[in-house]
Amino acid sequence: MSKPASQNLLEDALEQVARADSERTLDEVRVRFLGKKGALTAQLKELGQLPPEQRREAGQQINRAKQDLERAIAERGEVLAREHLDAKLAGETIDVTLPGRSVELGGAHPVNRALDRLLDIFQRLGFEVATGPEVEDDYYNFEALNFPPHHPARAMHDTFYLPDGRLLRTHTSPVQIRVMKEQGAPVRIVAPGRVFRSDSDQTHTPQFHQVEGLLVDRDVTFADLKGMLSDFVNAFFEDDLEMRLRPSYFPFTEPSAEVDVRWRNPDGTAGDWLEVLGCGMVHPNVLANCGVDPERYTGYAFGLGVERFAMLRYRVDDLRLFFDNDLRFLRQFR
Amino acid sequence: MKISHRWLGEWVDSGLDAGEIGERFTLAGLEVDSIEPVAPPLDGVVVAEILSVEPHPDADKLRVCRVAGDSEERTIVCGAPNAREGLKAPLATLGTRLPGGLKIKPARLRGVGSEGMLCSEPELGLGEDAEGLMELPADAPVGEPLVAYLGLNDSVIEVDLTPNRADCLSLRGLARELSAITGSAVKPPQIDEIAPEIQRSVEISLDSPEDCPRYVGRVIEAVDVSAVTPLWMIERLRRSGIRSLGPIVDVTNYVLLELGQPMHAFDLDRIRGGVHARRARKGDRITLLDGQEIEPDEDMLLIADEQRALAIAGVMGGEDSAVGENTRDILLESAWFNPATISGKARRLGLSTESAHRFERGVDPALQRKAVERATRLIIDIAGGRPGPVIEALASDHLPGASRVTLRLERLNRVLGADLDADSVESILERLGMEVDRLEDRFEVVAPTARRDIEIEADLIEEVARIHGYDRLPTRHPGGEIVVKAPRETLTGERSLRQQLAARGFQEVMAWSFVSLEELDRLSMGEGAQPLANPLSREMAVLRTSLLPGLLNVAGRNLRRQIPSFRLFETGHCFRQGQEAFEEAWRLGLLMTGDVRPEHFSGKPQPIDYFDLKGEVEHLLDFNAVDGETSFERAELPWLHPGQAARLLIGGVPAGWLGQLHPALAGELEFDQPVFVAEFDGRSIAARRLPEHRDSGRFPAVRRDIAIVVSDEHPAASLIESVRQSAGGLLENCVIFDEYRGEGIESGFRSLAIGLILRDVSRTLKDREIDALLETVLADLDSRFGAKLRG
Repeated sequence: MSKPASQNLLEDALEQVARADSERTLDEVRVRFLGKKGALTAQLKELGQLPPEQRREAGQQINRAKQDLERAIAERGEVLAREHLDAKLAGETIDVTLPGRSVELGGAHPVNRALDRLLDIFQRLGFEVATGPEVEDDYYNFEALNFPPHHPARAMHDTFYLPDGRLLRTHTSPVQIRVMKEQGAPVRIVAPGRVFRSDSDQTHTPQFHQVEGLLVDRDVTFADLKGMLSDFVNAFFEDDLEMRLRPSYFPFTEPSAEVDVRWRNPDGTAGDWLEVLGCGMVHPNVLANCGVDPERYTGYAFGLGVERFAMLRYRVDDLRLFFDNDLRFLRQFR
Repeated sequence: MKISHRWLGEWVDSGLDAGEIGERFTLAGLEVDSIEPVAPPLDGVVVAEILSVEPHPDADKLRVCRVAGDSEERTIVCGAPNAREGLKAPLATLGTRLPGGLKIKPARLRGVGSEGMLCSEPELGLGEDAEGLMELPADAPVGEPLVAYLGLNDSVIEVDLTPNRADCLSLRGLARELSAITGSAVKPPQIDEIAPEIQRSVEISLDSPEDCPRYVGRVIEAVDVSAVTPLWMIERLRRSGIRSLGPIVDVTNYVLLELGQPMHAFDLDRIRGGVHARRARKGDRITLLDGQEIEPDEDMLLIADEQRALAIAGVMGGEDSAVGENTRDILLESAWFNPATISGKARRLGLSTESAHRFERGVDPALQRKAVERATRLIIDIAGGRPGPVIEALASDHLPGASRVTLRLERLNRVLGADLDADSVESILERLGMEVDRLEDRFEVVAPTARRDIEIEADLIEEVARIHGYDRLPTRHPGGEIVVKAPRETLTGERSLRQQLAARGFQEVMAWSFVSLEELDRLSMGEGAQPLANPLSREMAVLRTSLLPGLLNVAGRNLRRQIPSFRLFETGHCFRQGQEAFEEAWRLGLLMTGDVRPEHFSGKPQPIDYFDLKGEVEHLLDFNAVDGETSFERAELPWLHPGQAARLLIGGVPAGWLGQLHPALAGELEFDQPVFVAEFDGRSIAARRLPEHRDSGRFPAVRRDIAIVVSDEHPAASLIESVRQSAGGLLENCVIFDEYRGEGIESGFRSLAIGLILRDVSRTLKDREIDALLETVLADLDSRFGAKLRG
């Protein structure tokens, strides 16, 4: 028995589908076989001329051939569409290693970068940030902080004065006084800010930045101060550094101490002791000056130079670079 | 304060070397700056005697000496002018290596053999005096190693004292401190009263008793000012950095170092009548020892006779009454001056003296007699003389007494967080020279009169803590109760602003808070500028009224360094004397110059213009949801381009400005490219809204574009404001997407294309509603601004 005509037609059509090399030629194949005047369509139209007993089988054969062809055309179509896209995209190839388009790189000043880190740690330790004016008067900068009049400790501060007797604060300690006078005890603050001393040489600039901290509460002890500072220093430097406190003198604390840290050499060995900050237990006169009863409350205070911490952290060897504002320097601290 | 380790060892036999003492002092609060050997190693250098001196047969300047001191007598050729028979001098024997590196070997000098070298002070690293051979005393033992003879195996300990520890500005004070730290006893030298041999006296008047409540004096007649100060004293003075100036001055300096009492010696013949401690008056004049002639201020205390000033009390003596080579009789002064009186006076005279340094910080008020006795003994021993009686003028009401302070053991432990027992505390206090009366729960303490810094209980707590050792006190790490402080969500922190600006390409800078007035005036920003009374320089004479001068300075500096494109910002305080009050405000400044983007292969560089700056500002305001309606208006500010200057308003209140730096100023500053600058009030920018949710709506938005022609005199902001008002709540957003001037548009007019995005959250808008709305918008634009729909 010979193959039905529809089968021959299908084989021919499938061969043409396989040969179609574009979506257009593929569509021509479809029209040729499945279009209104297409060959398979014609066979369907001719079914009526067959004897009734053959119609059913022939119809089924033609429909099957039609479905097979439609599927083949769809599959071929997908392949061709994909090839078409691939070719198009290949034409859009660029050198992906060329540089991208962006704005200039910006950055924080290294001193403020260190400051933000300092404040972040103190805030985690429960200290709130407080600020105050840079132009202060003698009372807040000295008198309330227990600097006796005419005392050499005042002369050591190399103060800038305004003609009316006001001054540029020599430390951020006046903020202690302002906050305690306003809110009393307990108090737990850090006061960051710019301070001024009329001193300018290789290791001194007439302005620099300090963070001063104050904690006043019931039963605050020297032991708490030691513990907090050691945790703070290690947090800042992400290290476990040996720390020591040396007795010192500040008019507003008693006992007072300088804090030294045993620096680590680049090779990891223990280096020199470096002075990093000053601290002490708040002097009873200072508490009393702010209306806080020194018998009920005790407190500690500490003060550190932000530039000093920035220099240590980022290995900057000349303080003056911070205020030189050379972009080649500043852009290193990203 | 520099002190010889060996001398200290005579007072306290601690058995510690200089390094160990330095460490202990430092950890007790007396910071040791340096420890230096007093001399380099001098092995092989001995005391020698020149037995004979012959001229060199072949050289005028050289002499041939026979010298004893080495293992045998040697011939040594020497060029020193002071080489003479009988002189004792240091000899570097054969094989010695001198500090300069020279090795002594047998040599021939112009034909004469030389076996060693007679040395000068500089050759031994002992001093500057290069006149000739170092001359040793006649009784120096020949052959003894020089190091042993001069006690050169010693170190100088330099202590950097805090201003409260005036008591340690003497050997006596340091010895007490060392004793307290180590527990070794103090062995002070015996100081006896010297009985007067003559009755001569001088009348002393305390005319200003609050300034000088105690003045102790003594006449010593017939001193020999030509006597030689003994070597041991010269060496001790030298090691403390004080030069020998003759026996009388040396003794006063020695007592200053030893006991801490500054003293002065007057030539008695130069004093007319009695001595007065009085304030300076108009017309007083004095030539000081350093040669400067001054008219002392009226707040200065003088030591004067009946006719004239003899000394600025506690600071420096006068030239005229000073001990000189013809002095025969002297008056010793040992006084207590009020620190407040002396403070600052030396500085004012441009002086820094050992005496003023101590009086300013406070001298032991009970020391004056003892010091006079000590000085008398030393002077008589060295320079002879006949002492008179000790003269004392005293106004005890004005003299500080010993401090009596109560120390509660419980309080001490509460402040320190420690658990020290009463015995340890008592022992520490006693080692510090305190009189301690121990009661049940407290100590009644009398501090040594030298300890002017002990005033209250906290001072004693510190004393106990530091002698016990800060490192031995307990440490308690943070813990316990947590107090949660609410962070303010309606405040943009400085840190956040900093990071945002950095992320958008701005580099933070830090300029000086001081600027020159000229700089401010050039920018027309000098009004209300606050000058400093004591500026460092003219360039830093006034406080900045704006961040602009600093930013321009930084920009100029970096442009000159061939960095052509950058964005800068700074935050900081600015100051101005306003009409009513002094204003100090926290401000934010921006500066942009160069190109929008770094150079890129894909296109031409695009120079930054006003809208780049304004875009950054708008982004900053919007990103931080600044609290209050923000708007911009044209501004006239002398430092900005007259056509490219704007003021920022927040909630209708001026909050800053932005624009192009005036090209004339840019030219003066030698910028050859446009610079865009802005400055804002930091607080206004930092205040932010708390977001509150509103329904975004599920219904579609509709966009309608209109193009209008309007006179240039109407700023876009006003037109947009009008559209917003007219369109009301249905207007979701409104954008200007085109601006056109030129052909088809009358001169002085422009066409603006505005897109309106409309939405109702609860329903879909109907076309005729929208048409009606647009009609209203256009009608309002027409009536307010004469704006016509573009045909």
